[in-house]
Amino acid sequence: MSPKRGIKNASYCLGIESTADDFSVGILSFDGRVHANIINAFMPEKGGIHPREAARHHAEVAGKVIEEAFAKARIKPSDVEVIAFSQGPGLGPCLRTGATAARALASYLQVLLVGVNHSIAHIEIGKLITGARDPATLYVSGGNTIVSAFDAGRYRVFGETLDIAVGNCLDVFAREAGLRQSPGMPFGAVVEKLASQGKTFIPLPFSIKGMDLSFSGLLTAAVELLRKKKHRLEDICYSLQEVAFSMLTEVTERALAHTEKAEVVLTGGVGANKRLQSMIKVIADEHNARFSVVPTEFAIDNGAMIAWTGILAYKHGITVPIEKSVVKLKWRIDEVHVPWALQETE
Amino acid sequence: MRMLIKKGAEANLYLEEWYGRRVIMKRRPPKAYRLSELDTAIRTQRTLHEPQLMHRAKEAGVPTPTILMVDVIDTNIIMEYVNGKQVKQILNDLSPSERLRLCRHIGVLIGRLHNSGIIHGDLTTSNMILTSADKVFFVDFGLGEFSKELEIQGVDLHLMKRALQSTHYRYAKECFEAVSEGYAEVVGKENAKNVLEKVQEIEKRGRYIAERKEAEA
Repeated sequence: MSPKRGIKNASYCLGIESTADDFSVGILSFDGRVHANIINAFMPEKGGIHPREAARHHAEVAGKVIEEAFAKARIKPSDVEVIAFSQGPGLGPCLRTGATAARALASYLQVLLVGVNHSIAHIEIGKLITGARDPATLYVSGGNTIVSAFDAGRYRVFGETLDIAVGNCLDVFAREAGLRQSPGMPFGAVVEKLASQGKTFIPLPFSIKGMDLSFSGLLTAAVELLRKKKHRLEDICYSLQEVAFSMLTEVTERALAHTEKAEVVLTGGVGANKRLQSMIKVIADEHNARFSVVPTEFAIDNGAMIAWTGILAYKHGITVPIEKSVVKLKWRIDEVHVPWALQETE
Repeated sequence: MRMLIKKGAEANLYLEEWYGRRVIMKRRPPKAYRLSELDTAIRTQRTLHEPQLMHRAKEAGVPTPTILMVDVIDTNIIMEYVNGKQVKQILNDLSPSERLRLCRHIGVLIGRLHNSGIIHGDLTTSNMILTSADKVFFVDFGLGEFSKELEIQGVDLHLMKRALQSTHYRYAKECFEAVSEGYAEVVGKENAKNVLEKVQEIEKRGRYIAERKEAEA
């Protein structure tokens, strides 16, 4: 195979994101301009995300979303210089569906392929969109809860969940409470709205272990409160949020104190929560760090972040041959060497 | 006279004069981001918990600073100022035999804690003070807990290993071996083997990739 490269005026990367419930395609030019970021969410009627059902959704919409992205970006498939896809971490069937689409495109267009770490992509797009250069990042979503900062060639983990993600804790609680989510109003937003009407704080387990967090005990205790039917749902939502977010803030503050970074970036779907934003802002101010929140479109799972991280890696000669592009379900952020960030900070 | 000697994420340490004595005051200041009820509960719980751990450590035969006062209202702990040197400052300058003897002794102390179901939670050489009477005091139980779980003991010992590797990298290997020996002497060979296997397992998890790469190299 002889990939075409460097012959067009503008270079573009198409990125495919499919780690969990969203199938998304983003197109960016190498200068960091976002030309398309089409997100197609799979929202089950009942229950959580079943990996195979989500994967089926992804396979069904993949063609359509890719077409939409090209139309939005107003470019031709032949304008693409490199294809990036989220290689992990995530749900196996979902990852494989995205990877298959990416391999097919790369092979058809005869361009190189980049396998991107999903969590790093969240950090990189956050930096691009907020203008942060070397932040401590709190990444909170349905699948991940990670406090990280760059040090010696990698994004180091300064705190993470030992069991479930904070977004998962809120989602499962909401489902147990019989709440409904809808497009534009995910469970997190429903809980936030109810919490804003809470008045009475009910003690719940606050679980920090060293630098790490645990949310499963908190979830169990909150669900137990529902079962007892002695408290208003608003008060339980309020207490759950207060405890979960205080835990996140303490761990973020510890990372900030330790690394002495001058910026804090909040990203991931849970980052849209106003109460969490206000808490992180307080500690950022106390440590004289600039605080930014990544806008929702780029904070939830999205193809643009994969395309952008693909560009950064590709510029450093990091690509993956198709036959070696197997997905990595538990691919950790601190396993990845990030030469592009090294240049930024050194 | 009050001098801030360490500012942490959840507590500050001050060196001060207290009824004519030189003492350390560990204060947990209110956190503005937290709801006041939750803030008070957390600070109170931690202020009570830490002296309990320190007291139990003494019962287990591990020197810790004497607690002079616990104030749950202002959430501070006043404790004896231990006159000595941080192990961190002296370990590299000791003679090889002295260094191994000290590490072995540290291993014995960690073994005593674990035997009594105490997890220190932040075993670094800066949290160990060697006095002129040749005693090693363990300080800062702020991240500690009561547990006899293998996993948690493994994490505890792993932190010690990491601290040796980062601050005393030239002697890290022999030092940790000496710590392990002392540890095994107290908890027994079989238990020590299980905990040390856990340490290796923890290292191989993604988080401590740097060590994994070193181990492979």
